[in-house]
Amino acid sequence: MREAAVVSQSNPLQRIPGVAIVLVLLIAVFGAIAPGFLSVANLSNVLVQSTILTMLALPMTLIIMTEGLDLSMGAVLTLTSLCVAIVSLATKSMLLGLGAGLLVGAAFGTVNGWLVAILGIPPFVATLGTLGMAQGLSLIVSDGQSVVGIPHSVRDIYSATLLGVPVPIVMALASYAAFHGLLYHTRFGTYIFALGGNREALRYAGLSPNRLLIAVYAIGGAMAGIAGLLMTARMNSGHPTAGLGLEFDAIAAVAVGGTSFERGNGWLLGTVLGVLSVGVLRNGLNLISLPSSVQVASVGVLVIVALFLDGIRSRA
Amino acid sequence: MTDISKEAIVPPRSFLSQDAIQVFYRLLAALLICAVLAVLSDSFLSLGNILNVLRQASLTFFIASGLTLVVLTAGLDLSVGANVALSACIAGTVIHKTGSPALGILTGLACGGIVGLLNGVMVTALRIPSFIATYGMLWVLNGLTYWYMAGETLHGFPAGFRQIGSGYLFGLPIPVYLLLVFLGIGTLFAQRTIWGQEIYAIGANPVAARLSGIPVARRLLLVYAVSGTMAGLASIIFLSRLNSAEADIGESLTLPAIAAVLIGGTSLFGGVGTVFGTFIGALILTLVLNGMNLLSVSANWQPLVTGIIVILAVWLDMKTRRRAQ
Repeated sequence: MREAAVVSQSNPLQRIPGVAIVLVLLIAVFGAIAPGFLSVANLSNVLVQSTILTMLALPMTLIIMTEGLDLSMGAVLTLTSLCVAIVSLATKSMLLGLGAGLLVGAAFGTVNGWLVAILGIPPFVATLGTLGMAQGLSLIVSDGQSVVGIPHSVRDIYSATLLGVPVPIVMALASYAAFHGLLYHTRFGTYIFALGGNREALRYAGLSPNRLLIAVYAIGGAMAGIAGLLMTARMNSGHPTAGLGLEFDAIAAVAVGGTSFERGNGWLLGTVLGVLSVGVLRNGLNLISLPSSVQVASVGVLVIVALFLDGIRSRA
Repeated sequence: MTDISKEAIVPPRSFLSQDAIQVFYRLLAALLICAVLAVLSDSFLSLGNILNVLRQASLTFFIASGLTLVVLTAGLDLSVGANVALSACIAGTVIHKTGSPALGILTGLACGGIVGLLNGVMVTALRIPSFIATYGMLWVLNGLTYWYMAGETLHGFPAGFRQIGSGYLFGLPIPVYLLLVFLGIGTLFAQRTIWGQEIYAIGANPVAARLSGIPVARRLLLVYAVSGTMAGLASIIFLSRLNSAEADIGESLTLPAIAAVLIGGTSLFGGVGTVFGTFIGALILTLVLNGMNLLSVSANWQPLVTGIIVILAVWLDMKTRRRAQ
């Protein structure tokens, strides 16, 4: 029912092709020009590498739906990844490491939400400030050095499989299921739509938009904490600049996926397709030996084009 | 003292304008920081350190002054740091290839200006919100710069060119003279020209500005182009002072520039602020970072402190304006 309400706000025939066409085009182009792109090994590689981004892009979708933004996500991910590394190194416990990452991430998310909702600071500046803070804390706790020698229990998460499916993919799928349920099948999800579309209505209904907004940002921080575990496991170390800039890929995925920056319209499946588009773009450019700098620039172009099209569609 | 604080509450048509009072408070804050640092550190009041603070503040100011105009229109330019890096690398290459500093300076300014103009086009013609458009530009520029430099470092420039950033004239660093010149030009432009007043009007109320016949799109283009050109200028100072250029030099420049603008009292919501305030903002930020340095606090703390300052500055700004209304 709620899904139907969402779809009616913008014609699905206009939207679904947008990101799906981008993805299919990218796969077709790289399948043609990049040797080995279509191999099973490479495609599953793309999927596994997209998991961290998925876990950031899902909450970023909710945040952008509230007409907000979280520029601090990459820096917070870096910090939580370091927390996971340091705590699991000290306690030899993967779960305590994850707990520390979750706690720090959720704390940063709550601060973001508090700055935006209670102090009323525009989200992009509030989270730019916390970006600096998280980046600074990362440098301070690590003293600018990598944290190495973390327990195998952490590292193994990235390479382990569950019923033949890599654990990172299981975690990403579980996250998607959780966010889908939250957004489309709970009252909280309906309120999130209202936060972006009609905040006054929430107030008239006797709800506190501020508390909801803080919760949305806190969820974003907590997800950065879980993604921090994957990041540490993937690199088998904690590094003070590991996740910097990842928030941009997340924003790109959300924008390409058709979530609007101006009206509380969000589409979670579109975000996942957006994540895959970014993943395929980076992987394909990598296979044809273009350096990561070109990948960064092309993701930038992708965002600007997506936003431009979004603007045209919203005026059409 | 008490009179002034009362006037701050009763805003318009007082002996001092709201802007002047805000700048006065910030000057007081800067003096207070100076006093504290002078007590805490013996070397703070040395001539060498004071000149160092001024020179450091001038670099932040160049980037922040153009940014001030953008923020006055209720926009934001997050690409300034990345713009400095690209402009410095391209200008450096031109100087190396042609041996002509003049040509290099022109290229650096042009590169910065073109990037700014592209930002302006995205904001006006494509109607993308400025913080997202310039954030996208940030990553495009970062990618271009890293690709162009391919891990190389440009090093060693003609002695005459290096004078711009590291030379002295009558005992003062040359960047300080440039700072005074651009402070003057910026203030005159914003306060005393019609274009400057139109920029304030656009920030205060874009709809009213358009209805009263101000060519909003053209003024916005100008503002972003100026911001980019000032980043280009900063890249030249940077290049000649460090005598080298790398792809990553811009990464630590954007947040301080935004901090300087906001500390200086320019409102994120547009229409309020001065270029002189931004100068004081750059000074305050540099004093704090310089003080941390003198008290041997690790440079790792700088992003944390700058981030906190940004948030504090916005919060204070919102609080004082809410009270003034």
